[in-house]
Amino acid sequence: MRRPSLRGPLVLGAAGAVETWRPTGGPAGAPAAVELRGVGRTFGTDPPVVALRDVDLTIAHGDSLAIVGPSGSGKSTLLNILSCLDRQTSGTYLFDGIDVGELDDDRRAVLRAHRIGFVFQSFNLLAHRTVLDNVALAEVYRGAPREGRRERALEALDKVGMTHRADFLPTRLSGGEMQRVAIARALTGDPTLMLCDEPTGNLDSANTASVLGLFDDLGELGLTIVLVTHEDDVAAHARRQVRIVDGRASEAGA
Amino acid sequence: MRGLRRRPREDLGPRMTPRDLVAESVAGLLARPARVGLTVLGTVIGVGALVATLGLSKTAGNQIVGRFDALAATDVVVTPAARAGGSSARVIPWDAEARLRRLNGVVAAGTLGDVDLRGELVRSVPVNDPLVAGAVQLPMKAASPGLFQAVRAQVSAGRLFDRGHSQRADRVLVLGRNAARRLGVDRLDQQPAVFVGDRLFSVIGLVDEVARQPSLLGSAVMPQGTARREFGLAAPRLAQVETAIGAVELIGRQAPVALSPSNPRLLRVAAPPDPRQLRGEVQEDLNALFLLLGGVSLLVGAIGIANVTLVSVLERVGEIGLRRALGASRRHIAAQFLLESTAMGLAGGVIGASAGTLVIVAVSAGNTWTPVLDPWVPLGAPLLGAVIGLLSGTYPSLRAAALEPIEALRAGT
Repeated sequence: MRRPSLRGPLVLGAAGAVETWRPTGGPAGAPAAVELRGVGRTFGTDPPVVALRDVDLTIAHGDSLAIVGPSGSGKSTLLNILSCLDRQTSGTYLFDGIDVGELDDDRRAVLRAHRIGFVFQSFNLLAHRTVLDNVALAEVYRGAPREGRRERALEALDKVGMTHRADFLPTRLSGGEMQRVAIARALTGDPTLMLCDEPTGNLDSANTASVLGLFDDLGELGLTIVLVTHEDDVAAHARRQVRIVDGRASEAGA
Repeated sequence: MRGLRRRPREDLGPRMTPRDLVAESVAGLLARPARVGLTVLGTVIGVGALVATLGLSKTAGNQIVGRFDALAATDVVVTPAARAGGSSARVIPWDAEARLRRLNGVVAAGTLGDVDLRGELVRSVPVNDPLVAGAVQLPMKAASPGLFQAVRAQVSAGRLFDRGHSQRADRVLVLGRNAARRLGVDRLDQQPAVFVGDRLFSVIGLVDEVARQPSLLGSAVMPQGTARREFGLAAPRLAQVETAIGAVELIGRQAPVALSPSNPRLLRVAAPPDPRQLRGEVQEDLNALFLLLGGVSLLVGAIGIANVTLVSVLERVGEIGLRRALGASRRHIAAQFLLESTAMGLAGGVIGASAGTLVIVAVSAGNTWTPVLDPWVPLGAPLLGAVIGLLSGTYPSLRAAALEPIEALRAGT
């Protein structure tokens, strides 16, 4: 189902009023959250290093996907392209029906601010700001007014069960708690897509289990999640698994 | 079609409210209070030195002028020029006092000459006091009656001589304080008399204090007319004028013409320099030195801010990556670091201006001066600090904005 925050496709400026989409996955008439068509990424020219070749991938709204593979296989490159931090060198990437390749840096920043939530392996919390401030930081680059920001941040903390730590500094939290805060930050503002880069890579087994349980719950609620991992038991929590080897993607069970 | 649809907020381009920008910058500064404090210190010293310099030089200049007005600024002395034959020349006329009094702006004027006693000694009579040396060599001067007013003489006993004494060539003397002590004359009620050689003079007055021509205190002074008749005085040695305040320049130009209309260049005028000009010179001397000092401190402060901001950028690469991931554009990143460095400069300017003003007040209090400060100095100083912060932060901010988000995220923790 469409999440309530997705109020129709983006209307873009002179860069191109692109509303090209194919109704693949999701309810009829709505674009998929992510659609990659023949996406490749090559670094350098002498000699060129091919990190991704010809990846086709469609992720419907509400789906969850794990990207697995050995290190150096191109997982991170794929994630960077999905997150609009990097650009593909070939192929087409439609995000919510928008051809991201046509967007300039500023438009991509807007897209990240409003529709993509990030969860990092090392949490990336600002050490000198309270948990609440860290979560609220997600709204700073939306140009949103401050009214209600605290309430929205508390709401996000509530979803990960961390309201009791709202006024703590991150340095006083355990790893699992820090990752929960980071997830709350990614959840703020109901993004289309939550991208997680090795979210359990720095956690012990107990915290890993707890964070993965949280992902399961969020998946149940209909959040679209993509997580990159090299651990199969983590990947098993996603409905779909895509394995990347030498820059080529193949879906398990496909 | 686009016009029919209300554009969602996210279509307006990257946005960040000014309030959020300020809040993020302030939070960034507060996260490292010790370092920010030390960085600000450089600007504090620079701006403080500048403000204190400007204020102190103005205060000191004002003070010099204040002393000046009291006495020196009304003082004109006319003497024969070297080309006229020096102090022995007969250039200053006997009626110099009357001529000078006619000039508008002259408060008092008088002439003074040295009487040559040809070795004759001075002794007091009639008491033979063994404690007092009988006969002494005493400088003898001849003055026109107006001289005492022109040197602001204070009479401790008796009276001064007047035009009548001079015209009649009366044998009267006025003794300076030290001369009276040497002669053992301390009171006038016994009508003391003094022998100058074999001529008997009456002492009619004692002078306790003079503001000008201090040699009068050690001398005996007789009327000019008496000196001409008794000792053949050739001409006054100098003319002393007290002018109204502000008339020094004017009288300095007019006096030689009044005294020697046919050849005023035979006279030399000693008048103080123009107070306004003097104040300007004093300020320029002080300013040039201390402004240089303040400028160097400011430069050091600016380099400090640039350095610390750059270090801060390198340290916060991970944070920059995170902010980019959260949707910050390059402009937002640059703006935040620029605002942080500008705020440091501004804080340095405010504290420096306050410290500089305190220094001025403290130094003025210590010297019992009146502190003087142009109002634009303490008001402009914070602005100067902010501009320095802005300029210093430019390069580090551009470095921060140029970071690629992927690399920044990978490098940071």
